[in-house]
This record gives sequence, structure tokens and C-alpha cells, in this order.
Amino acid sequence: MALELIKGNIAVAEAAMRAGLVSYFGYPITPQTELLEHLSARMPELGRAFVQAESELGAINMVYGAACTGLRAMTSSSSPGISLMQEGLSYLAGTELPAVIVDVVRGGPGLGNIAPSQADYTQVVHGGGHGEYHLIVLAPASVQEAVDLTTMAFDIAEKYRMVVCLLLDGFIGQMMEPVELPEFKPVRTTPPAWAIGSPDSKGQVVLTSINIDPPTQERFNVKMMTRWQEVEKNEVRYKGYFLDDAEYVVIGYGTAGRISLSAVRAAREQGLKIGLVRPISLSPFPAKVVDELADRVKGFLVVEMSNGQMLDDIISIVARRVPVEFYGRMGGMVPYPDEISNAISALVNGKHDVNIDARAEWLAGLRELVGTGE
Amino acid sequence: MTETDVKVVYKRPLGFTDRTTHYCPGCTHGVAHRLIAEVLEEMGELNNTIGVAPVGCAVFAYNYFNFDFVEAAHGRAPAMATGIKRTLPNKIVFTYQGDGDLASMGMGEIVAAAARGEHFTVIFINNTNYGMTGGQMAPTTLPGQKTSSSPLGRDVETQGYPIRTAELLATLDGAAFVARRSLHDARSIRNAKRAIRTAFEAQKQGLGFSMIELLSICPTNWGLKPAAARTWLAEHMLPYYPVGDFKVSTAVSEMKIGGN
Amino acid sequence: MPPKGWVEINELYCKACETCVTDCPTQTLALDMSRLTVKGYHPAHMLHPENCIACGTCAVVCPDAAITVFRGVRPGDEKGGEAA
Repeated sequence: MALELIKGNIAVAEAAMRAGLVSYFGYPITPQTELLEHLSARMPELGRAFVQAESELGAINMVYGAACTGLRAMTSSSSPGISLMQEGLSYLAGTELPAVIVDVVRGGPGLGNIAPSQADYTQVVHGGGHGEYHLIVLAPASVQEAVDLTTMAFDIAEKYRMVVCLLLDGFIGQMMEPVELPEFKPVRTTPPAWAIGSPDSKGQVVLTSINIDPPTQERFNVKMMTRWQEVEKNEVRYKGYFLDDAEYVVIGYGTAGRISLSAVRAAREQGLKIGLVRPISLSPFPAKVVDELADRVKGFLVVEMSNGQMLDDIISIVARRVPVEFYGRMGGMVPYPDEISNAISALVNGKHDVNIDARAEWLAGLRELVGTGE
Repeated sequence: MTETDVKVVYKRPLGFTDRTTHYCPGCTHGVAHRLIAEVLEEMGELNNTIGVAPVGCAVFAYNYFNFDFVEAAHGRAPAMATGIKRTLPNKIVFTYQGDGDLASMGMGEIVAAAARGEHFTVIFINNTNYGMTGGQMAPTTLPGQKTSSSPLGRDVETQGYPIRTAELLATLDGAAFVARRSLHDARSIRNAKRAIRTAFEAQKQGLGFSMIELLSICPTNWGLKPAAARTWLAEHMLPYYPVGDFKVSTAVSEMKIGGN
Repeated sequence: MPPKGWVEINELYCKACETCVTDCPTQTLALDMSRLTVKGYHPAHMLHPENCIACGTCAVVCPDAAITVFRGVRPGDEKGGEAA
């Protein structure tokens, strides 16, 4: 199949359709809107459900209803909208329903801005909604990877009956790249036996997240946590670059991972033995590879377009065996490769102190660079 | 006379399970449930229906009906029903919502669903208070009415005015059939059933959004015996919330209803 | 004349709310103060079965779908008027 030049948001929308999306519900918000716009034309064309909801709350609860049919349902939004959806995500998880959500992350907090950011890591990876639950979170670093992960997201969501979140930053959503779109998959239109409206269910189907009896709720949570262990076993995805002989390793995902790769390549050209781990599944997190590297490398540099939300996870995995340093930009700012190169140099030539407060060090430097606005 | 001359005039509807409800003695939730089950039975739709339960006293409604049910987040039942009906358009879908759920928390969802003309039916229970949490002030609480969160009586200067939901939704073009009925006596209940039938028929025939507001009693939180509560409804609620059809689209008015 | 019908009240569901008692147009029903259901209610029963006209009002207003209404003569009731 020929490569086509497509914008990330539209590529994800088209990939979702080709994966057999039956129902889409969304609300316009930049930098995600092209995804909704594309589906507003394409879904009705193919006789599938499209609703522009009254709000993100409405959209996620429409997904909640559609997901109860067991047929493929999706919504998409950007950070402030995802905040509004947290209620529905908790209910979806508490009802064991498959669904796909796309978060094209923008700068925050509050209304923030519409520039690319990775500051939703905490709210999607560690759960912004109430109660104990996990989302599966996949973070592509190119439009092609976004397409491939979209296809996979529906299969994984159904396999575990969980919500899969595609975490794109505004760059991936807005960027045009040549991609190969998958073929159309057959669309399932009959609900499976566990779902409402199924011809195959035995008796009444009730889908609810209520367990009024605490021991029942605890047993349910044990079941969900046990299922999560299966997810952790089967669904960890990352890409490693130059790790075999690496003395220092950079860790970054999505666009930050992609820019980091440029800096790592530049370092290699200078003869520095730098590797890169680019997590693709942020949840479950590729903890094992980081853990193993921590036994043989001299230090890590975490790069994010946020204030170091993934950093906390890396710090807990590395557990002070080697220094973990951090470089990030916030509020819709994107690091240049040479900023990361400087951070790599600082790591390689630095004090190698495992007790370093990476965030404080980074913040001091950034304060020098950009000021505090006061 | 022989036994064959005996006719069953009234029996428990087929759409019910054999569970006893958790509702207080005299509570008209049970009447509303029964009317829904009877209408769906008469329409032959029991095996083709999906209910959406609310947060409120009816949170466990699915324990009493024997067809498929989902349980919505507070106020979001119309959004959830939209997702279900758009995905499975041949199913009969209804939400069952109280006044806190529908007229307070979920006002955005219900207005949007009605405006879009979503093809599902809403059964809306108005008992002027939050029953499940112990009788707090609801958007439907009458001026001057005492509740556990308006202990001196609802002061419209500081706590605003009640919402007449049926009249409000009737202004929307997407609404095909919007009516208010009461459940305080047998005649009213029979009228309520006819309205519920019309609402479900409108849905079945694809005519648009339908909502029936049902005036109900809450004996426990009102601090009245069921009989006194029914009298209170008639004397206080009916003047503020008149029964009637507030929106009957042309298509609904021309609709033929088969069977009973 | 035997009565025109009779009702059966399922005591599993009856919560003694008295709605049927209040609304019965022929004063057929009352709570049975001599008995308790498993849930601890005095169930409604036919105090004056001879009055029943099988109008169904009790069942229409019953919030717990506890009442079945029969029209005709209850087997064994041909002579009319006696409580079963």
C-alpha cells in the first residue's frame, strides 16, 4: 500500500475506523479537533454512529453506554477535556468495559494553551479518577506509530476489558507524516454474550460499577488488580536504542523521546556511549528494562515535556543505584535537541551523586533560562 | 359458574423479577416501575429493552426488572442512553431518573439529549427531594418546603425557584412527547400508564425524544404516612406542577397505538 | 349472590403501606393486625370479601405489585360471601 501524507489526528481517526470503530462521541477541543471533524464525515458515510456531545462529560458517558454493548467505542479530547472525562473513566474501569480514548495533550494547568505538552502523564497513567483502577496507556512518537497503536488499542481493550488511552502530544496530533494505513477490518455489530442487547447472553445482563457490600467491592478490586498483573506481563512495550554498550541512558516517550533520539545520535557521533529507552506503553510501564539497566549503567537522564511526571516512576525503579537527572520543558514548550545534548553532557561530566534532587537541579537551571514571570 | 369463567384482572407484570423492592412502604417508585413493565409487556418489547438506572433511590432498579440494565453515573443517564441507542438503534432504551439526578446534576445531559431528539424515553420521578441521601432540597423542592437542607423552608431569595422540567424540555424541537402525570391515586396512575405507553410507542416508531415526569410521594422524608403523603402531593405539588401534555409533536398526535 | 371477584395479596411483597386499604371503593381490604409477614409487616387482607367487585383499584395503586385480582367466583365460594 502506498504511503500517504496525513496529519496525526486524521490518521488516528482513519485508523480507528479501519479497526472497526462502531461508535464515536466527542467534543471539539484544540489540538484534537481534526480527529472529531474527520469522523463527523466518515462515520455517517459508513453508517456508523457519530455524536458531537454537549461536553466531554457527555462524550465519555456516551462511550460508557456504547461500551456496555461490547462494540467498538471511542472518544478523543485534549487535556482539559480529559480532566472532565475522569469521572467516566473510573466508571468504565469499575464496570470492566473496553473503550479507546485519545488524549492529544496540550499545555496547562487550567485553560493553559494549545501547544504540545506531556503534562497529562500523571492524570492518565496514575489515574485522575476515583478508586483503584488502571488505564492502559500507549504513547506513539510518530504518526505511523500512532496509526499502528490505534489498531492495537481496540484489540487490547477487548482482550482485558479495559480502557486504552492513546497519549499523543500536540505535535503527533498536528504533524503531517507519510503513513501506511491498515486495511479495513470486518466490523462487529452483534454484542458479545457479556454485553447488553446480546442475543447470546443467558438471562438478564446488568452492567454496573456499584458494589454496595464492601467485601464484594474488595473482591472485585482484587480481580481487577490480578488482571492488571496479566497486563503488566503481556503488554509492556518500549523501544531501546544503542543500549548494548550504553554507559548512560536517556529515557523519554512520545515527542520528547523522538527529540532525545536526535540528541543521543549526536552524542554517539561524539563517541559518547549514550543509549535511549523510549517507553511506548506508559502503563504498564517498561520497568524491567529500566531496572536491569540501573544495574549496569552509570546514570539516567529523563526527558519530558512536563515537570517530571514520569521522572517519579523512574526514580522509584532506579532506587538510588545510580544518579537520575532530569530535563524538561513545560507549559507547551518543547525542548530542542541541543538542550538535551547539554543535559547529557552535564550527566556524563557531573558529580554522579545518587542523592541529587533531580527536579530541584533542573528547576534551578530552567529558572535561570526562562525566569519566573514575576 | 365454573373455574373457566375466572379471569385474572390484574397480576404482577412479567417484566419483574421476584425480588422485593428496597423502597419504603407506600413509595410510588414501585408504581412507576410496574407501569413501565406493564407497558413493555403489552408492547411485546420486554426482551428488546435496555434500561438505564440512575444514582438515587432507584439505583438498584435493575434488581426488579428482568431485562438488560446498565447503571449510570449521577445525572449522566441521558448520555449513556445516547451511547446505547446510537449503537443499538433497534433496541428500546429508557432512562429512569430522579429529580436530583435529572434536574440538578444531569440538567446538561437531559437538555442536550432532548434537543438532539435522541430516540429514547425518560421516566422522571419528581418527589421534591433527594430521597436516597435523606431528604435534602432538590431543584424541584417547592417554595417554603422544609427539607433536611432547607430546614426553615426553601427560601426562593437565597435558594432559588423550583424547575418545571416537563415545561422546560417541551420548548425543545427535538422533543416529540413530553408530559407530566401523577401517581397519587388510581385514576392518575391509569393516566400515567397511557402516557408512558405513548412515550415508548413514539420511541419505537422513531419519532424522537420522549419524557414522562411522574409526580411521586416520599413518605419517609416528608415525614408523612403514605395516605397523607398522597394528599400532600395533590394539595401542594399539583398546583405547582400541573399534569398535562406539554409537547406532542404532530407525528405523535397522529400515531396509532395497537393493542390495549 | 357470590361476590364478583377476589384478590390475593402476596405477603412476600406487601409492606403494609395501606394504599390499597385506603383506595378500595368497597371497603373490602384491611391490614391483618393478627399476623406479621416475614418482613415484619401486618399484611393487607380481605376483611370483607363479600364486598369485592374486582375493580382492580387496589392492584393499580399497589407500589409493590403484590396484588392479583380475579374476576368471577372463587372455587369453593359458590354460595358467596364467606371469607376463605
